[in-house]
Amino acid sequence: MTADNAHSPSEDGSTRRDFLYLTAAAFGAVGAGSVAWPFINQMNPAADTLAMSTTEVDLGPIEVGQSITVMWRGKPVFIRHRTPEEIAEAEAVDVSSLRDKETDKQRAEKPAWLVTVGVCTHLGCVPLGQKTGDAKGEYGGWFCPCHGSHYDTSGRIRKGPAPKNLAVPPYTFTTDTTIKIG
Amino acid sequence: MASGPRQKFDNPVIEWVDSRLPIFTLMNKEYGVFPTPRNFNYFWNFGAIAMVMLVTMIVTGITLAMHYNTSTAGAFDSVERIMRDVNSGWLIRYLHMNGASFFFIAVYIHIFRGMYYGSYKKPRELLWMLGVLIFLLMMATAFMGYVLPWGQMSFWGATVITNLFSAIPLVGDSIVTFLWGGFSVDNPTLTRFFALHYLLPFVIVGVVFLHVWALHVTGSNNPLGIDVKGPQDTLPFHPYYTMKDMFGILVFLIVYVAFVFFMPNALGHPDNYIPANPMVTPAHIVPEWYFLPFYAILRAITFDIGIPFTDIVFIEAKLGGVLAMFGSIAMLFILPFLDTHPIRSATFRPWYRIALFGFVVVFLILGVCGSKPAEGFWVPLSQLCTLLYFAFFVVAIPFFNKKEPVAELPPSIHQAVLTSQPVAAE
Repeated sequence: MTADNAHSPSEDGSTRRDFLYLTAAAFGAVGAGSVAWPFINQMNPAADTLAMSTTEVDLGPIEVGQSITVMWRGKPVFIRHRTPEEIAEAEAVDVSSLRDKETDKQRAEKPAWLVTVGVCTHLGCVPLGQKTGDAKGEYGGWFCPCHGSHYDTSGRIRKGPAPKNLAVPPYTFTTDTTIKIG
Repeated sequence: MASGPRQKFDNPVIEWVDSRLPIFTLMNKEYGVFPTPRNFNYFWNFGAIAMVMLVTMIVTGITLAMHYNTSTAGAFDSVERIMRDVNSGWLIRYLHMNGASFFFIAVYIHIFRGMYYGSYKKPRELLWMLGVLIFLLMMATAFMGYVLPWGQMSFWGATVITNLFSAIPLVGDSIVTFLWGGFSVDNPTLTRFFALHYLLPFVIVGVVFLHVWALHVTGSNNPLGIDVKGPQDTLPFHPYYTMKDMFGILVFLIVYVAFVFFMPNALGHPDNYIPANPMVTPAHIVPEWYFLPFYAILRAITFDIGIPFTDIVFIEAKLGGVLAMFGSIAMLFILPFLDTHPIRSATFRPWYRIALFGFVVVFLILGVCGSKPAEGFWVPLSQLCTLLYFAFFVVAIPFFNKKEPVAELPPSIHQAVLTSQPVAAE
């Protein structure tokens, strides 16, 4: 290989020098990307934050008609022990009339227990309706005071600006009266 | 940067330095003898005023950081400690808190000046775009700074604004988790906001440097909007405009310190003196006043955009609001390319002048809408004003490009200034 070889074009007009430029640039780009990734990824939830991402709740002490709020991933989770009337009301709704079409069965694994994330799907406020004296909205569920969203006894959006139903977090019954959220 | 032979300084120390690093030559060229149009009015003070506020914010910010505790457990208390126990802490914090507001006041007037006198037009397009970039960086910095005291408004403002990114299709939720470093606004969020709040002002300083550099390439615009034609149209920057800027800065600072000493909380929200509580939302979440018009635009889009009378939706209301808000700033960014009318100054553009005053009124009404709950007639009013805001850029300005008469301009700055009739008035 002589210096002339390096510069003399092949049939399609490219030279060995072009190849060296391209491979050097490609290596540089891959290298810069590999170094950049840890500095970007450090922003994602850390191991201890992820480790805190499940919460166990004992449902035993919650009476029928009572609600409790627990913290899960820094957010409030509403757990309501629904009365038979509330369940009947939630099941009687014509699903096709809803903004976010979900049946009550899809939202509550056991009809007596409704578990939802207590964060309004509009802009993230915490709706009222957990305490006895709270406004529960026109549909007997929850009412968000920020921009006036009404949720029904299944936590579904019925009126107001929110686009979606209150989210149902992933949860499993570890015993008959204990759930693990997350 | 210096080219050609350098002029010698009499002082031997200055001469020793300058012959090795011509920094005194540079300062003299750019701030001493720099030729500046002779007809500036007081609107031309606000660039210098904004610069003073930037320095004020950096100095007060660095001193506050020496006493601030970056953790959800300690942040609120450390701010209260600064207010009560740290020597002069109350003064430094109130200067920083109100300084943000007055920085924005200066910058809003500075932007209005640019729009009124056509300072964004050729050849100053890039200068203007760097300015809009500074404005965006200021908004990011101010937003993150407001989170640091970890009061109720800090927490819920951060929650609402970061939740905006969840409107992005497919990756929205992952982006929000990425921004939070967790599953809600929490300790990791606060820590990174502090780091970025400390960093961004220095990025702003860098962009300001480019902004001023670009300014010194083209030279300043002026109230007549006509080009400088020769030395008779200009004055040396020093002492003429160093003095005029100094006067304007002092008047501005008097108003600023009047707020700091006599009504330091007038521009803030009392709820931010309640420690952050993730379980209780304040009844009414509002951003700082300087974000209100953009917040109103965000909330104005309450409807999905899709095919009418079907369930097909292209843009959900939440995403629509986010796009409208960022779009409103993008309009400013592309303004130099929207407005191709040959005349710069609104002094000679009566149609544009009326539209611009209308635009300012619409912007102020949007600010009022943003401070009110999103219900009742505030919603349609925000929607109407949002429509008018965009109409100014995409309807009125292109219309003026085609139809607004091209007035006859004064032959030169010095002739306009030295004739006794107020040429600019008609």
